[in-house]
Order: sequence, then C-alpha cells, then structure tokens
Amino acid sequence: MKRLFVKGNEAVAMGALEAGCRYYFGYPITPQSDIPEYISREMPKLGGTFIQAESEIASINMLLGASACGVRAMTSSSSPGISLKQEGISYMAGSELPGLIVNICRSGPGLGGIDASQADYFQSVKGGGHGGYHIIVLAPHTVQEMYDLTMLAFDLADRYRMPAMLLGDAVVGQIKEALVPHPYQQPSDLPTKEWAVSGKQGRSDQRIVKSLFLGDGELEAHNWRLHAKYKQLQDNEVRCETEHVDDADLVVTAFGSAARIVKTAARMAREEGLKVGVIRPITLFPFPIATYQQAAQTVKKMLCVELNAGQMVEDVRLAVNGKVDVAFYGRPPGAGSLPTPEEILVQIKKHCG
Amino acid sequence: MPSNRIEIDPIYCKGCALCTIACPQKLIEMSDALNEQGYIPAVISSGNLARCTACALCARMCPDAAIRVFKSVETDGGQS
Amino acid sequence: MTTVLKNVFDRPVSLKDVSTHFCPGCQHGTAHRLCAEAMDSLGVQQRAIGVASVGCSVFLYGYFDIDVVEAPHGRAPAVATGVKRVRKDDFVFTYQGDGDLAAIGTSEIIHAANRGEAISVIFVNNTTYGMTGGQMAPTTLPQQQTSTSPTGRNVASDGYPIRMAELLSGLEGVSYSCRVAVNNPKNIMAAGKAIEKAFRCQVEQGGFGFVEVLTTCPTNWGMNPLKANNRVAEEMIPYFPLGVFKDIAPMGQEV
Ligand SMILES: Cc1ncc(C[n+]2csc(CCOP(=O)(O)OP(=O)(O)O)c2C)c(N)n1
Ligand code: SF4
Ligand code: SF4
Ligand code: SF4
Repeated sequence: MKRLFVKGNEAVAMGALEAGCRYYFGYPITPQSDIPEYISREMPKLGGTFIQAESEIASINMLLGASACGVRAMTSSSSPGISLKQEGISYMAGSELPGLIVNICRSGPGLGGIDASQADYFQSVKGGGHGGYHIIVLAPHTVQEMYDLTMLAFDLADRYRMPAMLLGDAVVGQIKEALVPHPYQQPSDLPTKEWAVSGKQGRSDQRIVKSLFLGDGELEAHNWRLHAKYKQLQDNEVRCETEHVDDADLVVTAFGSAARIVKTAARMAREEGLKVGVIRPITLFPFPIATYQQAAQTVKKMLCVELNAGQMVEDVRLAVNGKVDVAFYGRPPGAGSLPTPEEILVQIKKHCG
Repeated sequence: MPSNRIEIDPIYCKGCALCTIACPQKLIEMSDALNEQGYIPAVISSGNLARCTACALCARMCPDAAIRVFKSVETDGGQS
Repeated sequence: MTTVLKNVFDRPVSLKDVSTHFCPGCQHGTAHRLCAEAMDSLGVQQRAIGVASVGCSVFLYGYFDIDVVEAPHGRAPAVATGVKRVRKDDFVFTYQGDGDLAAIGTSEIIHAANRGEAISVIFVNNTTYGMTGGQMAPTTLPQQQTSTSPTGRNVASDGYPIRMAELLSGLEGVSYSCRVAVNNPKNIMAAGKAIEKAFRCQVEQGGFGFVEVLTTCPTNWGMNPLKANNRVAEEMIPYFPLGVFKDIAPMGQEV
C-alpha cells in the first residue's frame, strides 16, 4: 500500500468510509470541520448519506435513529458540540446502540478557545451525560492511529452494542503525517444485529429500541447488564502502548497528543542515561488499570502529563492505589502553546532525582 | 330477522361516556355498576339494540376502541 | 335469503389488543386508533417504524404492533430522519405531544420539515403537558390555568400559543400540513382521512406530512371527559382553526 500524506481529521474520515460507515450526521465546529468536509465530498460517491444537521443535538439523534436500523453511522464535533450531544449519547448508551462519536477536543470551559486541549477527559470516560453509564473511548496519537482506531471503534461499538468515542484534539486532528491506508477487515465473529428495527416484515415479535424500563426490577437488571459489559471491556479490550517500563525508575504517562511530546522527552532522557519508561493508554475506557498496577510493582515514581490541569492522573492514582507516588504536569486549557519535550525533560529529571 | 349489534368490550371500556353523545339515536347508557377495571362502563339494552343502525359512530368516537359493530345484512345464502 | 351479522367496525390490526394506560376519555387513544387504521388501510404495518416521543404517548410500542424507536424528549423528528435515511422503503412516523414538539423539540421539527424528510408527523395538541402533571405548554390558551400558570396564561409574559400547523405550512419542505379534531364522529372521520393522507403522502410521494390533532386531557384540565370534549369546540377550535394549510401533494381526496 502506498503512503499518503494526510491530516489526522481526514484519516478519521477515510477510516470511517473504509470501515463501511455510510451515514454521517454533524454540525460544523473548529477544529474538526475537515471531517464533515471530507465526508460530504466522498460519502455520497459511495452511496452514503451525509447530513449537515441543524445542531449537534439533532445530529446525535439522527445517529441514534440510523444506528437503531443496524447500520454503521457516525457524528463528529468538538467540545461545545460534544456537550450538546451528551443527552443523545446517554440515550444511545441506555438503548444499547453502537455508533461512533468523534471529539476533536478544544479548550474550554464555555466557548473557550480552539487550541489543543485534553480537558474533555472526564466528560468522555466518566459518562458525560446523565444516568451512570460508560462508552468506549479511544485516544489516537498519530494520523495512522486516527485511521486505525476509527475502524476499531466501529468494531468495538458493534461487538458491545454501545457508543464509542474517538477522543483527539487539534494536534492530532490538524497535523499532516504519513498514513498507510489498508483494507478494512471485519472481524468474523461480530454479532449480527438482530435487534435492529426494520419494519416487522412478517416477524411475530416487535423490535423496540428504547431506554425506558418501568417494569418491576427491569431497569436495575438492564443497568447490571450494561455494567457487566463494562467489566467485559476491562477484561478483553484494553489497549495500551508501553516503552521501557521493565527497567524504569520513572514511568511517564500520557494519552493522545500529549503522549507524542512525552515519548520524545522520554527518549531524550534515555539518551542521558535516565531510566524512564512510558505508558500510553490507547483505550481510555476501558482504562489500562492492570498495566499501571504491574508497573507500580517495579518503578519508583510515575509522572502523568496532560493538556489540562489534571484529569487522567486521578485514574492513574486510583489504579496504583498508593503503591507509588504519581506526580502531575500540565496546564489548564487555553495556554496557547504546547509543552515542549525539553520542558517535559526538566520534569522528568526533577522526578528521577 | 336479527338486529344490528354493537359489543362494548368491558376490557377496554373506561366509562368516559363519549359514545353516549356520539350515538344519533341515543341508544347507549352508562351502567350502574362498576366493571372489573373499576370503571362505570357503557351499556346498551337489548331493547335499544333493536333500534341500532350499525352506523358505528359510537365506535369511532370511543377513545379506547372498545366497541365492535355488526350490521345485519342479507345474503343469497350458501356462502358465508 | 339469509341474514348474517357482518363486522363493520373493529379494532385495527396495527393496534395491539391491550388496554392503554391513557386516562378515561383521553383522546390520545383516538389518535392512536386513527394512525393504526391508516396503516392498515395503506397496508404498511409490516414495514412501519414508529418513533415515540416523551410524554403520555411514550408507550407507542405498547400499543402499536410495529417496530419502534424511542427518541429523547423533542428529538423524534431527528431520530426519524436517521431512521428514514437508512430505511428508505419503510414507513416512518413520529407521534409527539405539544410540549415535546412545540417547546423542547421546536428546532428538530422545523428542520426535519424544512428538509422535507419523507416522514409523517402526528402532533397531539392538548394545550398542556399531560405526563408531567398539567403544566403550561406552548399551546396553552390565553388565560388558561395550568399548574405553572395558576392565574392563567399571561400572554404579556408567557407569549402566545403556537399554531404549529400554520407555522410549518410556510416551509418549502412541507407537502401536507393540517389541523384536525376528534371531538365528534364527523371530525374524527375527517381526522382519519387527514392522517391517511399524510401517510400516503410519504408512502407514494416521499413527502413530509404533518397532522395536528386537537385532543383532550380531561385529567389535567380538571374536567370530566364530556366537559373536556366540549372544551375542544368551545375554546380550542376558535384559536386553533381546523383546516388544511398546505397540500401540494397531488393525490387523494381533499380533506
Ligand atoms: C429533557 C427532558 N425534559 C423534561 C422532561 C419531562 N417531561 C416528560 S414528558 C414532558 C412533556 C409532555 O407533554 P407533551 O409533550 O405535551 O405530551 P403529553 O404528555 O401531553 O401527551 C416533559 C416536560 C423529560 N423527560 N426530558
Ligand atoms: S352503531 Fe350507531 S346506532 Fe348503533 S349504538 Fe352505535 S352509534 Fe348508536
Ligand atoms: S366511549 Fe368507549 S370507553 Fe368511553 S364509555 Fe363508551 S365504550 Fe366506554
Ligand atoms: S394525563 Fe392527559 S394526556 Fe396524559 S393520559 Fe391522562 S388525559 Fe391523556
């Protein structure tokens, strides 16, 4: 396969089309508009449907409707728009509907700014809407991963019948890098969608997609089933990249674009003889708890770097449960510039010492 | 010759009385006893049934689709 | 010659044989039956997908023997858009109350209508929020007392009741828009025809059809079903005139 030189956002769009997604519903917002722009151009050529909806609320509900019919469908947005989608995401989670939601996160709160930010970590992994649910959250850190994880997101969403989110930011969305596109291979054991509405077509049973459960004990049972799936995800679907953790004194951890900087800084530290490892969660939900726990047996300290004022660090601390000290380095959204590898190296040295 | 018939299904009737105002002949009345659901259902006496035209206006008016209407029709016999 | 009893009126096939949770005299039941009759007469039950809204009609799937997707409050037209774009040959309709469609869901209905989505929308206007206990709705009449307008709707501060059928008829995407009532057999038959026409407009022409049905909410109006039914003619129809506001679908009889 030949290498292409494309933007991260375009890679998402390409990955989605390759994975068989033929329905897109969205509303413009920076820094993700390249996704709907690409899809509005390419999807109709494949017989697909692109709708620029009147709002993010409408687009997530169009996604809900399309997904209820059993097809692969997606929406994309950025932070303020993702906030509007939370109602629909909660309904999709409650109705056990798959579907891809892309958040090319920007800084907030409120209208905030358009610079790169990871301030939506909590919103993404803790169930951003009401009702106590989770969705699958994947965090790409390269253009290639924007492509690959988009495909994976569709597979996981279909397998577990729940929404999946691709959480990026302006860095991974706007950066141009080499991409090696490859044909999508659907896992052979994906469940068929026997629940999808289609008109009864002579079936004796009705198909009903809903999140309202009023019968005695029905809702509790439903919720336990959802939580059993979260456990299955934790057991089977954690994805995580590690570098030099085995002999490390210090593990630096980061996700998405922050991990790009951290990996460079860790390499610089190694060159200077410091025993530094890296843990980069690829799935933010399910979170790689076991990887951190294992590392906590051998490392002396951890350092979590984020493009926010400290969110994932809470999950890292929960994972290691006091076994090692977990320091944090980051800035709240709106800093206007990203930390440099040199800046992170200073932090690494501080915590190695 | 058998007269037209309506059947007011006690499972569905909630006693709203809307059928009583819909019947042009004013043939339907409210019962004086509660039905199983705890509603006072609509009833039609056999005397009134004899005057029923099977126009089905009562049934159309009923919000609970509780009324079935049967019209007495003449056939050539043989087939049913 | 022999005489037999011929069944000339029965429950429609698309309606399940179950008693509803609607209050006695509630005309949600009438609107349900008319939708089921229209599906029967067009023969679309087996390819029908209903989109339920949030309100007293949330249990659509409990009463219609069809596939159903439940939408968040007000979002049924967007959900139906997603459904219809995928299931192009299926018959897709939403069934929404006035709080659902004319307050929280105003944006979704206007834009689905404006896109001319090939869906049908049944809009049940009972001038109140039934499910939540009779609060003021966007359709609550001037001076009407509700649990959140205890001294009556004050148009100076609460604004005026919205006439949705007229409003939507101004949009290019709308093929058919009308308002009907179900307060007497004549109006009910006209309502049935209007609903069938809206459905036909989708099935035969891929048009957006909208039927506003004036109904009672005896419970929250604090009236018995007969008094509530009288109110439709006395107070509602004068403000919400019955009629066809748009019909650019060259088919069927006039309503
Ligand atoms: C987001 C949201 N806000 C509010 C509610 C509460 N709620 C449920 S039904 C309803 C209004 C129902 O009124 P209407 O749409 O007129 O239907 P009716 O019950 O009268 O048939 C409201 C406000 C909700 N379920 N979701
Ligand atoms: S069918 Fe007509 S005449 Fe007979 S009871 Fe009903 S409304 Fe009256
Ligand atoms: S209209 Fe229907 S529910 Fe009401 S009293 Fe008559 S039969 Fe009963
Ligand atoms: S509360 Fe009103 S709208 Fe709801 S079922 Fe009762 S009468 Fe009907």
